[in-house]
Amino acid sequence: MDARVITVTSGKGGVGKTTTTANLAAAFAMLGRQVCCIDADIGLRNLDLILGLESRIVYDIVDVVEGRCKPRQALIRHKYLPELYLIPAAQTRDKTSVSPTQMAQVVRELRPDFHFILIDSPAGIERGFRNAIAPADEVLIVTNPEVSAVRDADRIVGLLEADTRRLPMRLVINRVKADMVRRGEMLSADDIIDILSISLIGIIPDDENVLIAGNKGTPDPNSKAGQAFRNIARRLMGEEVPFVELEDSSNILSKIRRIFGG
Amino acid sequence: MVNLLERILGRSAKGSSATAKQRLQLVLVTDRSNLSPEKLQQMKDEIIGVISKYVNISPDKVAINVEQRERDNWLVADIPLLRELMQQEQGDVDDA
Repeated sequence: MDARVITVTSGKGGVGKTTTTANLAAAFAMLGRQVCCIDADIGLRNLDLILGLESRIVYDIVDVVEGRCKPRQALIRHKYLPELYLIPAAQTRDKTSVSPTQMAQVVRELRPDFHFILIDSPAGIERGFRNAIAPADEVLIVTNPEVSAVRDADRIVGLLEADTRRLPMRLVINRVKADMVRRGEMLSADDIIDILSISLIGIIPDDENVLIAGNKGTPDPNSKAGQAFRNIARRLMGEEVPFVELEDSSNILSKIRRIFGG
Repeated sequence: MVNLLERILGRSAKGSSATAKQRLQLVLVTDRSNLSPEKLQQMKDEIIGVISKYVNISPDKVAINVEQRERDNWLVADIPLLRELMQQEQGDVDDA
């Protein structure tokens, strides 16, 4: 195996990077792929909590970098998804505890053991972001249909375009409310792609089950959001999965409107 | 028919998302090019000054804007030359 290394980033905080990382990792695992998540948000770790692995942490990424353990010793295996592993961030250190070169080195050692390595980037465009993209083969940029999130995503696109490695990047639009888009009160996926001019990999509906899954520490693959994340995983694996238009299945009016070409 | 339905179903083309898109496109020009609206105006004035030294133009007909094409920014200028001058020049050529 030689893992594909995918970094999940956004610029703005709170748009769903950790949710995206956790759900994609779960989807890959359920599709039978060996997957490792790395939490690069040193000082503000959360991926462990979302994956329900917070009580199993022995070593973290800073322990690996500082030589207290091997990368493989820091891997925490998921309770229910045996293909899924996590290397947690350190909680009591800061972003400068790790350098981009060190991150790349850790990931290089893990590559042979996995199909996918997902790196959960911290918010911002400083050291933590640099650390997170250093080992990447490709980048997923998460945004929301909000002006601030789209603007920050554009900043990330600009920074990655200026990077000599020319990493492929694709857009995840998270927390879309179909009824608001229909009323013209929320930027649509088309609007956002128009503005950012990068290719789309998935649209995730706003779904309260994401919060509920977080409460429990188990990603929910059967929720609407979970299914949309699985579609992203399948697209990343090269499958052609059509983009389904988001809609409330209960809303018969929207169906009538579509019949009349609206 | 579609318009009627849209009115009945309450969909409006003038929702806030159109405003959001427009505002984003404007602010991203500044973000991407590091060119503030003030600096752009200053540059426009200077360009008009230089061109006016050579040809007759009407400053209020000049449009110089940063446009986004895919991920690239273009400085696009539309500068109509005044007709009178063209005719004058034509006359000069005939005289010679």
